[in-house]
Amino acid sequence: MGFQATLSDARDRLRIAGDCRMTDAPALDATLRALREARPASVVIDLTRAGELDIGPSWLLHRAIADLRGRGTSIGFEGPPPEHFAYLDGFTAVSAAPAPAAPRTWPMRWLVDFGMRMEERWRSWYEALDFGGRVLVTAATRWTSLRRLRLPSVVRHIHETGVQAIPIVAVIAFLISVISAYIGAQQLRPFGADIFTVDLVAIGVLRELGVLLTAIMVAGRSGSAYAAELGVMKLNNEVDALESMGMNPYEVLVLPRVLALVIAMPLLTVVADAMGLAGGAVLTGYLLDLPWEQFVARLDGAIGPTTFWAGLVKAPVFGFLIALTGTMRGLQVRDSSRELGRLTTVAVVQSIFLVILADAAFAIIFLEIDF
Amino acid sequence: MKPVIEVRDVVNRFGSQTVHDGVSFDVFPGEIFGIVGGSGTGKSVLLRTILGLRQPTSGTVRVEGVDITRADDDQLRAVKRRYGVAFQNGALFSSLTVGENIALPVAEAMDLDEESLAALVGLRLRMVGLPLETAMKYPAQLSGGMVKRTAVARALALDPALVFLDEPTAGLDPIAAEAFDALVLYLRDTLHLTVVMVTHDLDTLARTCDRVAVLVDGKVIVDTLDGIVANEHPWIRQYFHGARGRAAWPQVEQGHGA
Repeated sequence: MGFQATLSDARDRLRIAGDCRMTDAPALDATLRALREARPASVVIDLTRAGELDIGPSWLLHRAIADLRGRGTSIGFEGPPPEHFAYLDGFTAVSAAPAPAAPRTWPMRWLVDFGMRMEERWRSWYEALDFGGRVLVTAATRWTSLRRLRLPSVVRHIHETGVQAIPIVAVIAFLISVISAYIGAQQLRPFGADIFTVDLVAIGVLRELGVLLTAIMVAGRSGSAYAAELGVMKLNNEVDALESMGMNPYEVLVLPRVLALVIAMPLLTVVADAMGLAGGAVLTGYLLDLPWEQFVARLDGAIGPTTFWAGLVKAPVFGFLIALTGTMRGLQVRDSSRELGRLTTVAVVQSIFLVILADAAFAIIFLEIDF
Repeated sequence: MKPVIEVRDVVNRFGSQTVHDGVSFDVFPGEIFGIVGGSGTGKSVLLRTILGLRQPTSGTVRVEGVDITRADDDQLRAVKRRYGVAFQNGALFSSLTVGENIALPVAEAMDLDEESLAALVGLRLRMVGLPLETAMKYPAQLSGGMVKRTAVARALALDPALVFLDEPTAGLDPIAAEAFDALVLYLRDTLHLTVVMVTHDLDTLARTCDRVAVLVDGKVIVDTLDGIVANEHPWIRQYFHGARGRAAWPQVEQGHGA
């Protein structure tokens, strides 16, 4: 029998017919709402033709009746009350759910918000410093014994973050170098200076592009992986389990990952440099009809003794920053899957930001010391 | 009486390992049906198969007459609306509050205004004996027992005809476990709910279950609890007549014998 809830025109008679399943709740709810808004002096609830009422709809009816009674409406029944009412009567003694407290508002609220945000920023930097310090201290104190450095773990992470990243880093370095060589050649040709395309590519790739592209790829690949791995371990209480066994999570989880990236980043950078130069050679060969020997000769003149090292020396620093950000954000995950997603995003964004900030700092330092 | 669940010759195989080798049983409406078995006998796999979350290697599973191993998406969705599941470790959505967790299936199935939805959330919390303030909390802020109860509240959100409970009393203190048994019995008696539960709690088995399925050697033995207790299979003897079993059986005599 289909469910029907009808209200008389005078709003003093509610007739319920048929079985009322949970799926009929919206229909019942709408009728009850109309009844409560009408606020009649008395209502008769006709249940003579009612079938079974599920607990959910029964509760909506029960609540509406309690509400109407509370406002002075007298309620009469025709037919037996729904069977769950006896059970539900036990619940009304309990007070209703407290309304969520409205957020307090006051003038200059924006100033308070601004202050709180600044404080949060400050705390975030402080935490990062604290975390970095702990990692360095752990590294310094575990240095004495190979076993404590957890070499198998370090090697595994070098494989995952370094060796497995070679194809993508190589392809990206090659393509970006081809693109920059192409633009360089186009711009320099009107001046008859197209041979300097080689200088542009060589210096650009070796000093900046190679290491920076590698760092951005690694931040996207491994920074996020570190954060997600440690985040899930955190959610699973695995970090607590480690600590309860007397192991130091900085030693077991963080240090191997940091070491791995500090080692893998320079190696990947060498790959990126080589592929970048190859890309430059291929493009200049096609576009400028520059033979291979001449490219090498020009290359020899273009780069100074420090050009290659100016790029490479940045690589371990970038690796350190990426690994630190990833592991730190991972260990900050608490309670929910949404936190995990948020902090993984934060890890990637911040590590790229830090890498570029550090790159700018290197540029200034190299300028000052004429490296 | 037409069975709610019909399991016929279900075989589940992982590689060369056969977990279920021709499992058949029926669950009838209004029944509390217990599933018991040692670790690794495939209780969870069986449950997942019945829920339509896993395709059995062979065999059929009918839920309310629909063969869920062959049903199309629409049929499967309709069947899934008719049952509620409380998973073993709650499986609460960690980024939603308890209230939002319980409201989710309701809001998904029908169009109700906020206030009525909140009222229904309040009802489910009361049904499982949780204070109303719990609605504001996140799953990570709950104790293990509260997580279990929230999971049951969410399973009951749509007033289902069929409820699956995976280890509902594991990790509950005896008082909470007893209240839980009473809740299950009440729901069955008044709502004519069918309950399928996987449990190792011998007290819960004794107090609530009408019939018990024991998974042994890839097969299933289904009987009333008294029948199972009297079974001569060595594993069943060990399971039901160990020190813990003997402590639970006086209740069997009182609850089922009388």
